[in-house]
Amino acid sequence: MLTPLSWLKDFADFPDDADLLRATLDDLGLVVEGVDVVGDGLRDVVVARIDEIHPIEGADRVRRVVIEAGDGPLDIVCGATNFAVGDFVPLAPVGSTLPGGFDIARRKMLGVTSNGMLCSGRELGLGDDHEGLMILSDPKAEPGVGIVDVLGIERDVIFDLAIEGNRPDAWCVRGVARDLAARLGLQFRDEAPSTVASSPIPTQQLLSAEVRDTTLCPRLGLSVLSGVRVTSSPRFIIDRLEKAGMRAINNVVDASNYVMLELGQPTHPYDLERIEGSGLIVRAASRGETLVTLDEHERELGVAGKSLGDQGIDIVICDATDTVIGLAGLMGGVSSEISEATTSVLLEAASFDPITVMRTSRRLALRSEASARFSKGTDPAILEIAMARFAELLALSCPDLSMAEPWVQPNDTPARTVIEVPAERIASLLGLNLDQVEIASLLEPRGFSLSESDGVYSVTVPTNRGDVRGGARGIADVIEEIARSYSYSKIPRHQLAWPEPGAVSARQRMRATLRDVVLGLGGSEAWTSSLVDSGELALLGIDEPEIVVTNPLTEGESRLRRSLLPGLLRSVGMNLERQQDDVILFEIGAVFVHPAVSSGRWARAGSQGGSEVAMPDEVDTITVVFAHDGADATTAVAALRMLSDSLGLEGVEIDQKTRRTAELVGLHPTRSGLVRDRRTGVALGVVGEIDPQTASRITPALSGRRVGILSLDIGRLGDTAKATRRSELAQVVSRFPSSIFDMAFVLADDVVAGDLAKALTAAAGELIESLSLFDVYRGPGVEAGSRSLAFRLKLSAEDRTLDDTDITAVRDACIAAARELGATLR
Amino acid sequence: MSEIDLQDHVDLVIAEVARAEHSRDLDAIESAHKAKNSPVLAARRALGAVTDEEQRRELGRRIQGCSDAITAAIAARREELSAIEREASLASDALDLTEVLSSAGSFPSRRGHAHVVSKTRASLEDVFVAMGFTIKEGPEVETDWYNFEALNLPPGHPARDMYDTMYLDLGEAETVLMRTHTSPMQIHLLEEAVADQSLPLHVAIPGRCYRLDTPDARHLPVFHQVEGLVVDKGITFGDLAGVIETFTAAYFGPDIHSRLRPAYFPFTEPSAEFEITCTICRGEGCRTCSKTGWIELGGCGMIDPAVFDAVGIDATEWSGFAFGFGIDRCAQMRHSIADMRALIENDLRFSRQF
Repeated sequence: MLTPLSWLKDFADFPDDADLLRATLDDLGLVVEGVDVVGDGLRDVVVARIDEIHPIEGADRVRRVVIEAGDGPLDIVCGATNFAVGDFVPLAPVGSTLPGGFDIARRKMLGVTSNGMLCSGRELGLGDDHEGLMILSDPKAEPGVGIVDVLGIERDVIFDLAIEGNRPDAWCVRGVARDLAARLGLQFRDEAPSTVASSPIPTQQLLSAEVRDTTLCPRLGLSVLSGVRVTSSPRFIIDRLEKAGMRAINNVVDASNYVMLELGQPTHPYDLERIEGSGLIVRAASRGETLVTLDEHERELGVAGKSLGDQGIDIVICDATDTVIGLAGLMGGVSSEISEATTSVLLEAASFDPITVMRTSRRLALRSEASARFSKGTDPAILEIAMARFAELLALSCPDLSMAEPWVQPNDTPARTVIEVPAERIASLLGLNLDQVEIASLLEPRGFSLSESDGVYSVTVPTNRGDVRGGARGIADVIEEIARSYSYSKIPRHQLAWPEPGAVSARQRMRATLRDVVLGLGGSEAWTSSLVDSGELALLGIDEPEIVVTNPLTEGESRLRRSLLPGLLRSVGMNLERQQDDVILFEIGAVFVHPAVSSGRWARAGSQGGSEVAMPDEVDTITVVFAHDGADATTAVAALRMLSDSLGLEGVEIDQKTRRTAELVGLHPTRSGLVRDRRTGVALGVVGEIDPQTASRITPALSGRRVGILSLDIGRLGDTAKATRRSELAQVVSRFPSSIFDMAFVLADDVVAGDLAKALTAAAGELIESLSLFDVYRGPGVEAGSRSLAFRLKLSAEDRTLDDTDITAVRDACIAAARELGATLR
Repeated sequence: MSEIDLQDHVDLVIAEVARAEHSRDLDAIESAHKAKNSPVLAARRALGAVTDEEQRRELGRRIQGCSDAITAAIAARREELSAIEREASLASDALDLTEVLSSAGSFPSRRGHAHVVSKTRASLEDVFVAMGFTIKEGPEVETDWYNFEALNLPPGHPARDMYDTMYLDLGEAETVLMRTHTSPMQIHLLEEAVADQSLPLHVAIPGRCYRLDTPDARHLPVFHQVEGLVVDKGITFGDLAGVIETFTAAYFGPDIHSRLRPAYFPFTEPSAEFEITCTICRGEGCRTCSKTGWIELGGCGMIDPAVFDAVGIDATEWSGFAFGFGIDRCAQMRHSIADMRALIENDLRFSRQF
């Protein structure tokens, strides 16, 4: 909200110190988003008369102009062409400084000395016109007269304020002034508008008016003004409207806008003669009714929109024949618009239900200065003042104006909320002790009143503070008002402590371990968007319902990701294209599974949380993509081993037989598999290589390159019912030397090596300390379709050094176990 | 070539296509088909000599039909062959992952780098844990109840407009959404605490949030926040201001301070925006802070009685505060990252600086 200091000064004698005012406004919660100082640096600029214009030899862009600015003829070199001899234009003389800090000096150009600069509107900071010089047509324009005097410019400071949703009182100059004056301890001047000539017949007898739904329109004020002459507004009104960011239209519309900016109450002037039947009806629009609004759009009304709880209620103003002529709180209709022919104005000032206006504004995507104020809640008690102020302003340009006695229904003063605030609650919520006098000094200048009885304050809330709720909740609102008025920055800070220690969860610790291990393997962490393109699931070939964003900004962000893989592969591809080495990327984040295919959770939803809705599964996932030189599926397997060891997982195995699962989509069909817990059988993730076809489809940079992948479900890893963990209890380590021996077996290719390793481990029994595969051989000496697998066994016992008998027994058991799988000792 | 001959030619070529065992063979057939001297092209050239226009048109159509039949046969066989070839290559490429040697795995000899946002998040968590907060997490997909209504933002509330909410096609319209802030976790945790009778609560909740926003230097549609929530007996606004100050100094350094100024959030009352000393000019005043010496970091306030009502907590017995701010923004400020979009680009040259 653009708020000129000059306007604020109508209400109190504010100082000129813009920095002080800015800091004070900020501290009051009237946040200053910008400060614009106008009229600075124009003090030296004077009016010059163009006396002669001469071309300069060798120049086609500039001319020599002889001007008179009160001190005799002066030569000026000027590039503009929009003026003629006899025109009056602004001159910045030598030695002056223009707004923005541009110093004017005597310059010599093409042999001509230029003694100053003739200025455009923009150069003076007076608008955007840069087409040519500013031509002054005011009769006061005489050579040598200060431009400030001719244009009536005063130095002014315009604050751009962001008014919060709980400050309906501050959506106007008067409200800001009251708050600011109260903080600065200045007298707040709130003079009643002077009355204009009164016409003999009161409004009530000139019109009919009916409010059909008083919850939609709790208060309606009407007044008929006659003797209206539509013309332009007085200079100060135009000036103030422009400083506040509005355009001047004509004296009637301007007066209405001025009142809104000053008092926060939007009003609407109708051309009385263009209202059928001399009467108004306020009601909800019927379904499908239409209105052509002032912006010349036809609006369909009374139709429910898509937003939650929207029932399609639009408040409309109708004429006496029940035809819609205005959209209440938003915009009038063209049919009763003020025109040059208007001589009588019906002024409407009303209170409308904020939520209804808000919903209409949102549904029709129609926002106006009026709707911004109505949707915050206006002051129902200000209607009479607003109408009187409108008349006072309009009378300045309409000498014959007379006003019929306004008709307000209901006519009684709107009720004021009273909140019972226990004094102790103020202290216990703020950590600050204020006595009654201090509290009164904060609240009363802002329109609240206060009385005390038995340690409880009865606080009467002014009608412009519709944000203060009734009942117990209002206590917090009043306490906020006390704290805000007192200044948050003056409330003493207290060092809070509590006995419970801080902690992270086991899941978070595990995630930190995962991250640390992968960082150690050379992986860098990526962050890819959780929002993906509509084609993403199809790209991966995942046959599941997608989770669709109802209102995406772009098609590329219209689905929730089902996998971290595509995003990571794209980032990998981008890094390879940018010639980066050692590209290993990982991401830790959620992927989303549609409730139709997931175990799902149910969550409270709907009005008052009264229903339940099936929610997507959010799978906490780590995915690592290995695309460095030499990477392949074995890299991913090695990484899996390191990760499981770091997490203390026991019995993690790889299953390449199961293929039909969404997790494996996009992975190499013969070089990847599920990661499983041996004991529980639960799948923990996938390991292997990316399907080259998928990879090149996602990013061409990956074609012809083996890319390893490891992806794990962190939730399952952390759940001991799913992933078996090593016991925390210490195992005794044997003091006796271990015995090591190797065995090689020939095993058919259709039996996985892991099965043999498992069988050997089982056969070796308690003595086994470790078993590792150290060589795989295919070729001469081993029959085709089989390979030789060489294992190293390490045996030990807690109580003795093993002898040949022990070892032979283990060897024999292993050979027998291998035979079961069709493996023979080599 | 007569029409009948041409049909024979087509049959011949199609038979040849069917016999092709390798896509190389198809390449040869295709180039022969497209060659200048191919029977189809020759027939087409001969068309010019046919004088009857109708006849010429009819003949042209048939020649085109023959040509199309050949092209289609080649394409179909190519697809078959590529599937067979892919099968064969996958089979020959097969690897028993349990056959991977104990010594396997080659990794680069340089350590990777954590994302600057997750590093920032970790250091923020460290600060909060040291201050006694328990770190909690929650879902990114929420309902209108948790994200809005229980936070005193009922349907139609004007302040809902401040959150450019991304809704999902699940349940009734506008009931399931991507959380716009971490504050819905206030409701989850308070509901749980009420159910388990486990108040007081001192928690910090980092997490990912979403708003409909076009990415620019200062905003991303997907971003990270951390929420703080304290509910206990006798908690005051002065405690809130103290916690914010302790955190600010602990995270940003002892010469960075905080201040609160009034603001509006429907779920806190009194509400405040908290600002910290500008980290660029250290409070002297610069362009970043619009010469005020302060920059906005987040929002905070005392829990609104409506929120306590929504979860069934007696506001005369318990009080508390909540605060929230952007993790990405902290990272941006601490490391002077000019454009936020660098955070989601994942260029290793950017990542490796942190």
